[in-house]
Amino acid sequence: MQGINTIMDEQQLKLTLKRLSHELIENHYPFTDTCIIGIQPRGVPVSDYITQYMLEVHPELNLRYGKLDITFYRDDFRGQIHIPSVTDLPFSIENKKVILIDDVLYTGRTIRAAMDALLDNGRAQKVELCILVDRKFSRELPIQPDYVGKSIDSIVTQKVKVFWGDEKKVVLYDSF
Amino acid sequence: MQLRTKHLLGIRDLIPEDIQLILDTARQFKEVLQRPIKKVPSLRDITVVNLFYENSTRTRISFELAEKRLSADTINFSASGSSVSKGETLLDTVNNILSMKVDMVVMRHSATGAPHFLAQHIPAAIINAGDGINEHPTQALLDALSIIEKLGQLKGKKIAIIGDIMHSRVALSNIYLLSKMGAEITLAGPPTLIPRHIQEAFGVNVTYNIKEALEWCDVANVLRIQLERQNQVLFSSLREYNQTYGVKKSLLDNLTKQILIMHPGPINRGVELDSDVADSGHSIILDQVENGVAVRMAVLYLLSGRREANA
Repeated sequence: MQGINTIMDEQQLKLTLKRLSHELIENHYPFTDTCIIGIQPRGVPVSDYITQYMLEVHPELNLRYGKLDITFYRDDFRGQIHIPSVTDLPFSIENKKVILIDDVLYTGRTIRAAMDALLDNGRAQKVELCILVDRKFSRELPIQPDYVGKSIDSIVTQKVKVFWGDEKKVVLYDSF
Repeated sequence: MQLRTKHLLGIRDLIPEDIQLILDTARQFKEVLQRPIKKVPSLRDITVVNLFYENSTRTRISFELAEKRLSADTINFSASGSSVSKGETLLDTVNNILSMKVDMVVMRHSATGAPHFLAQHIPAAIINAGDGINEHPTQALLDALSIIEKLGQLKGKKIAIIGDIMHSRVALSNIYLLSKMGAEITLAGPPTLIPRHIQEAFGVNVTYNIKEALEWCDVANVLRIQLERQNQVLFSSLREYNQTYGVKKSLLDNLTKQILIMHPGPINRGVELDSDVADSGHSIILDQVENGVAVRMAVLYLLSGRREANA
């Protein structure tokens, strides 16, 4: 089909996720004051992979890992109702460092909503952002990631999708 | 995914997927209500009027809390103390309120069909909080959520609805909802309080023997005797009603299984439900009240999203 580009194949994707994990470990080891939060729904496969890999390399880590649903904080829900996913934060984020994880950073609106949702769960000491794919020059809000898997150039009519099935990959395609 | 309807006038208008969507959304709001800050900004651009032409404690507080937890602006209106006593009509009252830019109307009225009438004449989304002897949809939804929480699902479960079926909007909404979701229903109570031919109309069982209904069911939803809606004598005395149709501890103790007792409130203690049953471990009455806020948040949230989609 025309207009579909694989920007990461399975091997590259895994390598990138492992690199991101090591960057997080480098900055936050041993995670006593840090927790990891995946943004529902599409950030969760990324955060699942990263936390699992971290525990493989450092089984001694006492990871606090949660999932955050941001549906009720969106600024665009009037146009289209989003089905809420589960928020699962089995710990307090009060005075903790929080690493937010999502798959694609585009306009920054999801992250804006996630920060609002996070604030309603307590006052974090610091919030960092870890992103698998950063679509450069497309931000509508002043939000930048701290950890980036891959930066790409893309235009408005294109979309980025991460596949987690049997064949894991990241593709960039035209959506008309 | 969104609701197929613009208003929530009754369970009658909903399809099973709508009901499932409301219940799934309500479960997420229950989680929100456990947080330190029990508030989300979803409805911060919406104003809701609570129009209560009839007395209410639970429903009104529950709707108001739901609106506040969604960050909506709320106005409370009760018929007593308003211009209704000067003779203003329902439509005039509502149009005057809506001209002050109100987006949604939550309404309780003693006349059956009042919200349906309004829905044909005003642009705002309407949520029925009980109309006469017709429907009380959010009560049926919170009952369903409470049953599912305890029993896992509605499909195939046996639900007895006991008491004043004839005057109860809770009964009708429950019958619609439970049959749409595949539960089995038995209605029990005095013959004078169960409409004739209701078996054929809704495919439900009817018994006049309370013991039989309790032995059959997994859940007993006990309804209030609605003294304010009865203008003729349909049973001889409250004491006799309690003797013959009241749910008593001795009846429950003789059952071979544990059943759940529900009641939409307010309870007439010692009439349809004895105090030692209402306060026992069988009772999930306070769970119902807790679920009420989450269910109403879900309904408000899902209907508010339709505003621009329809415009």
